[in-house]
Amino acid sequence: MIATDLLVAQNVGFGIISLLMIIGAVRVVTVSNVVHAALWLVIVLSGAAAQYLLLSAEFVAITQVLVYVGAVMVLFLFGTMLTRARIGAESDLNNKNWFLGIPVALLMLGVMSYVIVDGFGSERLIENSGDMQPIPIQVISDDIFGPYLLPFWALSFVLLVAVIGAIVLARKD
Amino acid sequence: MSALLAADLPYWVQSLLRVLGGVVAVLLPAGAIVYLFLFKMMSFMQSRLGPMEAGPYGSMQLFAEVGKWLQKEDITPERADRVIFKIAPLVVLASTFLLVAVVPFGPDAWFTNFEAGVFYMLAVSSVSVLGILIAGWSSANKYSLLGGLRAAGQLIAYELPMVLAVIGVIIQAGTMNLQGIVLAQNTGEMFGWNGLGNPYILTQFTGFIIFMIAVQAELTQTPFDMPIAESELVSGYMTEYSGFRFLTFFIAEFATAGVFSFIASVLFLGGWGVPFAWFGWTDIDSVDNWMNVVGPLIMFGKMMLLSFVIMWVRFSYPRFREDQLQRFAWKVLVPVSLVNIMVTAILKVAL
Repeated sequence: MIATDLLVAQNVGFGIISLLMIIGAVRVVTVSNVVHAALWLVIVLSGAAAQYLLLSAEFVAITQVLVYVGAVMVLFLFGTMLTRARIGAESDLNNKNWFLGIPVALLMLGVMSYVIVDGFGSERLIENSGDMQPIPIQVISDDIFGPYLLPFWALSFVLLVAVIGAIVLARKD
Repeated sequence: MSALLAADLPYWVQSLLRVLGGVVAVLLPAGAIVYLFLFKMMSFMQSRLGPMEAGPYGSMQLFAEVGKWLQKEDITPERADRVIFKIAPLVVLASTFLLVAVVPFGPDAWFTNFEAGVFYMLAVSSVSVLGILIAGWSSANKYSLLGGLRAAGQLIAYELPMVLAVIGVIIQAGTMNLQGIVLAQNTGEMFGWNGLGNPYILTQFTGFIIFMIAVQAELTQTPFDMPIAESELVSGYMTEYSGFRFLTFFIAEFATAGVFSFIASVLFLGGWGVPFAWFGWTDIDSVDNWMNVVGPLIMFGKMMLLSFVIMWVRFSYPRFREDQLQRFAWKVLVPVSLVNIMVTAILKVAL
């Protein structure tokens, strides 16, 4: 029973992609070049998109690529290259207090796991009989723009404030 | 034809055929655009003959060019970041291949039929920016880095009007699936007359113009070729590339022009379809199987038409200055496309 569950193609794919993501995540913090670190982060983020695809969450996967790979990482690289991005290794990339990060990371992991298990622990995916159908986008948009319309608006105001703030900071006069 | 693409074949044969089809759908437009437009049309616009020696009327020139590029020495600058330098052109080319995967060529002749096809198209087209940025950075050359940064700034700026221009089409079609958009255009009617369907170039003309301008900028074709401005930056992020790696950039540039023309013809010109009323079809299942052969030909025709326009503009206009280019995107295209969305939404609800 367990063996048949484990050997389905999704699980093999999940394993390979997770391994790539873990290697990528470790390399992000160990490489000694800012741009290389950013590119390893791209691999981690695209791996997350691939995991969403495996769960047939097509829309979220595409959003992941559009927002993180296409926009956030490009802006990140853009900013790094404008300021400091030398070719070759940089010795001063590691902060000497790096070990303080370990307890913080472990704490984050604990809190995240607790929240997810507490929130969704009793829920199960619908039993998948052969091929899972992706959720239609109309359903997703009804869910977002129905009950969550007000938070969505509030978020867009936060973005507006950020944009105005950026303009104020960047103005010369 | 439908037997080839439907479930009669084992999965791996279908996948293999789709991959081959994708390679053809990328390389054929690239070759056609380079020979017909870049070599011949540009020459005629400049009152000269263009290539005439290789083959009748210079038609074998492409093979000669590819042979020439393959023979050239593959140079990597000494202080360049070697691995990333070599990956960068492949990232740009991969973005093109990912892009063509979503284009439908007939009722059954598609590579993938994403529910959110338009959204997917916008997402993967932004991946090429990454390739261009790291190409510029890893060359260890100031001109390359400047070109890469200019390209990134331009591509980020013009992606926004592109997304916003497409939203008008999505509102009108009521779906993000490209196959659904083709269907909506060819079964649509104008004031009760269905002889032409309802190609969105008529109702979304503003959107079409904005989309084509944004495509021109995304392809870094003149008048938006500031990133590779040869009079100030040698050739921008491509400066240090030679031989096969330059060829990869070159193919990616013109293949992306072809793929974006495919997508524009799906979004605005009715895609592979003919107005369904001509043959009494009502939905996608009732379309005759011969459309799987005729559809790709129709798509190819529309693609050539749109890439002709892209190349025509390219050879006709001088270059925008960097500040004019950014101002044009943020102060003209974005507001106009926002108004377009508003008007479309109001009309959609009111009518």
